[in-house]
Amino acid sequence: MTQWPKPPEGSWTEHYPALGTGTVCFDDSVSPEFYELEREAIFKRAWLNVGRVEDLPRIGSCFTKEITIANASVILVRGADDEVRAFHNICRHRGNRLVWSDDPHQETGGVYRQFTCKYHGWRYDLQGACTFVQQEDEFFDLDKSSCGLAPVHCDIWNGFIFVNLDARPRQGLREFLGPMITGLDGYPFEKMTEHYDFVAENNSNWKLFADAFQEYYHVPSLHPQQVPPAVRDPGAGFTCAHFQCDGPHRLVSTAGTRRWALPEECMYPIERVTRSGLVGPWETPDVGALPDGVNPGKVDPWGISNFQVFPNLEILVYAGWYILYRYWPTSPRSHRFEATLGFHPARTVRQRVEHEVASVVFKEFALQDAGMLGGTQAALETGVLHEFPLSDQEILVRHFHKVVADWVGAYRREGIGAVG
Amino acid sequence: MTRLLPAQFADLEPYAQTWCRRTEAERWAVRAASSMQELADFYDAAFPRLEAAIEYCDEHPLDALPDDVGRLVELVHSVVMVSMAVEIFGQPKTVDSADAVLHRVREPRP
Repeated sequence: MTQWPKPPEGSWTEHYPALGTGTVCFDDSVSPEFYELEREAIFKRAWLNVGRVEDLPRIGSCFTKEITIANASVILVRGADDEVRAFHNICRHRGNRLVWSDDPHQETGGVYRQFTCKYHGWRYDLQGACTFVQQEDEFFDLDKSSCGLAPVHCDIWNGFIFVNLDARPRQGLREFLGPMITGLDGYPFEKMTEHYDFVAENNSNWKLFADAFQEYYHVPSLHPQQVPPAVRDPGAGFTCAHFQCDGPHRLVSTAGTRRWALPEECMYPIERVTRSGLVGPWETPDVGALPDGVNPGKVDPWGISNFQVFPNLEILVYAGWYILYRYWPTSPRSHRFEATLGFHPARTVRQRVEHEVASVVFKEFALQDAGMLGGTQAALETGVLHEFPLSDQEILVRHFHKVVADWVGAYRREGIGAVG
Repeated sequence: MTRLLPAQFADLEPYAQTWCRRTEAERWAVRAASSMQELADFYDAAFPRLEAAIEYCDEHPLDALPDDVGRLVELVHSVVMVSMAVEIFGQPKTVDSADAVLHRVREPRP
């Protein structure tokens, strides 16, 4: 196992002294009271990524996003002026859910010329203005021009569409993302438009699932099958090359191995034939030099960088493809998990098969995480144990739970101040 | 019986009815409902033909595949799906996945 150099303090964790090195309490992942606080302190305040611009390819393209924890349903739409906007999904007339099909609780999407409320037929244009009121002369002093849809703050960074449900966001999007995340400026997400999307309802707290994707310490133990049996080392560990924290956000980079340069027994037969697998397609189109921010630790050979954008987005970048995860809390003990794999559009069947292999392998191992974490949730809910040790390899787990606690703490203090 | 695959892949015709499936969700469901013996039979027949199948399909533009070639691509995707069970897990279901599900809700075709 390669030993990567640690910061001068002796560990990644001690490089960020505010994190401490003590045990960490995971009551934040089982407590209904804490979940209520997260609702106000985090999900109604932070910028939340709801999709990519490729999800709204043309004028009238629209999708709805259910943000359960924030009691919000949001319409995302590309207007006639080509601008992407967000609105609360509520008709101004009687409060009906405006955009839905078949079931008002399910997300939907498509291409729209206008929005028509199913209840009484009020209509809105793609910019949110009310354009038609059925039997308008039956109303009293109704000013249609003031009946537009309620807007939601919306901004775009590098093709990622974010919303902010705060009445007055405390920070602009770019300021919120900070220099480490915006170091991804110029990464060619817009070229990787062949998307494979996955969703799941998971029976674990949103943070517990995110935790599993922000450390690699678990990989040899939970996912031993990632290494073929002939070369599997039961005592194997895993050391990441670089960790970094910036504000509420986190990053981990790992070294890359050139799969095709390894001996045959280091790969499964399906990987050898398809030239794809766990780390994706072996070869991807040359996109030129990647921005320095993709690999801020200057890891060589670099493999992946895993950006954890607070609160609930992960952007996992390889040189030629990427993965997104989003964790949408639905209760203290459940969340809706979304994943997207983005590739350069296949030009040949072989390339399409390479993408299929990566997508299939991804699902197999994500299911192992998901299967296990229901057990983690149940075990934590027994309330027998509260404090747990975290290693230096798990610094991002430590940082995540601290940031969540910090945001909840700030919200509580403001509440006390307001009462006083 | 109507031929589903290109004539050069007639040896895989017995598996076409079961494994030419348009979506990952369908392929996943068939794998889950199959015995290990059924998966191994398909894999043993189709895996040695995988390279040839991909090469054959690559002679056609991806956006204009004849129907039988499109079905061969679907069969290739099924070999990928089944290889996980045969090569990696030794069982139809992902090891240690408990009751977890993960639905692929959008994908390119084929």
